[in-house]
Amino acid sequence: MKYFFSTKLGIISSGLLIGAIAVLLQYWGNPPNMGICLACFLRDTAGALGLHRAAPVQYIRPEIIGMFGGAFLAALLFKDYRPTGGSSPLVRFFLGAFAMFGALVFLGCPWRALLRLAGGDGNAILGIGGLLLGILVGIAFLKRGYSLGKKSQLSKGVWWMLPAFWGALLLFVIFRVSFTEGGAIFFSTSGPGSLAAPLLLSLAAGLLIGIIAQRSRFCTVGAFRDAILVKDFHLLSGVLALVASAFVLNLFLGQFNPGFANQPIAHSDSLWNILGMSLAGLAFTLAGGCPGRQLFLSAEGDMDAGVFVMGMIFGAGLAHNFGIAASPKGVAFVGQAAVLVGIAFCLILGLTNLERGKKA
Amino acid sequence: MSIKTIDARGLSCPQPVVMTKKALDEGVLPFVVLVDSEASRENVSRLVRSRSLKFEIKDNGDGSSGITVDK
Repeated sequence: MKYFFSTKLGIISSGLLIGAIAVLLQYWGNPPNMGICLACFLRDTAGALGLHRAAPVQYIRPEIIGMFGGAFLAALLFKDYRPTGGSSPLVRFFLGAFAMFGALVFLGCPWRALLRLAGGDGNAILGIGGLLLGILVGIAFLKRGYSLGKKSQLSKGVWWMLPAFWGALLLFVIFRVSFTEGGAIFFSTSGPGSLAAPLLLSLAAGLLIGIIAQRSRFCTVGAFRDAILVKDFHLLSGVLALVASAFVLNLFLGQFNPGFANQPIAHSDSLWNILGMSLAGLAFTLAGGCPGRQLFLSAEGDMDAGVFVMGMIFGAGLAHNFGIAASPKGVAFVGQAAVLVGIAFCLILGLTNLERGKKA
Repeated sequence: MSIKTIDARGLSCPQPVVMTKKALDEGVLPFVVLVDSEASRENVSRLVRSRSLKFEIKDNGDGSSGITVDK
């Protein structure tokens, strides 16, 4: 059992299960093609905390808490938990923020890009194409010795911090806490943030995904990266399994609607679908993994990955406060500018952090 | 003779794999890769296995392990 999920059959089962759970979450009430979306759900969570005030997208998503919790428990149980940190945390914070800008211009993280594809949203093809482009640029840096430096072992005493953070958010959402009259915690009454599977179901689904993904190292960015970089199709087989199971289950549940126009929580501005996801793909590659993997790594004690996740929450706040996030109408000028700034940031970061890996 | 050691401890994915691949491409065997996460152990092992080479994993007892790669 300990090693089942690291086998070929293991990673394929992981993908099949995650795809099925995500589609069921949509069936149970989550927004269309958004059974699981790290970017969207961290954005909703940021909104619930009042870090942005876009009323339609505010909800502490229990899936995220469950995914963290499941991965944390699995890491403890299988002795994978080890507190580490100190590999350029601030850089990772900014990478998280820019990855979020890119994802919110496309309207979804790589997980949702796959789910959008499995739901028939043709725009996802452009998003995934952009993601590949970003990963390719990231690989070019990796091949030339790009590194953010080594992390070191941290004191065991830090283990409780992230569990406490997510645990507090769980209490906030269970008890619908309100800190001030009319203030946070906010809960959307209309829009995507109001569409949600029942809390316990969301939490349980997240827990299951967290356990599976921690064991199998499921990573949507690593999948493409490893396939291209070392012709290792292990993770990619999991990603393909996710799309396959989500597609079949969508057909079965009548949730498959092919087309480009009027897709749910999506726009069809192709250029910015590509560029938005290119930024996200590059930022995720430079940080070492997709947003899901960052969350699971943080649950294994990787505090730098935790900083990346916090950067995503920060980025989500800015993305909605500044109007960077796209809407079904398209991408505003400020969103386009933010993507270009983000790409410039990543390119400069990549170029100025080469060769360090070689000295090690 | 001391064999070449690649210290990939503390590096994020996929750097341990990139460093191992570089050593494999250089073709000097045997060598040892030091890693300190289960994921890196799996990734490096998978790469070595895909090249039909033998490897042996030794637990160093400090949370890290040495993967010795040879023909």
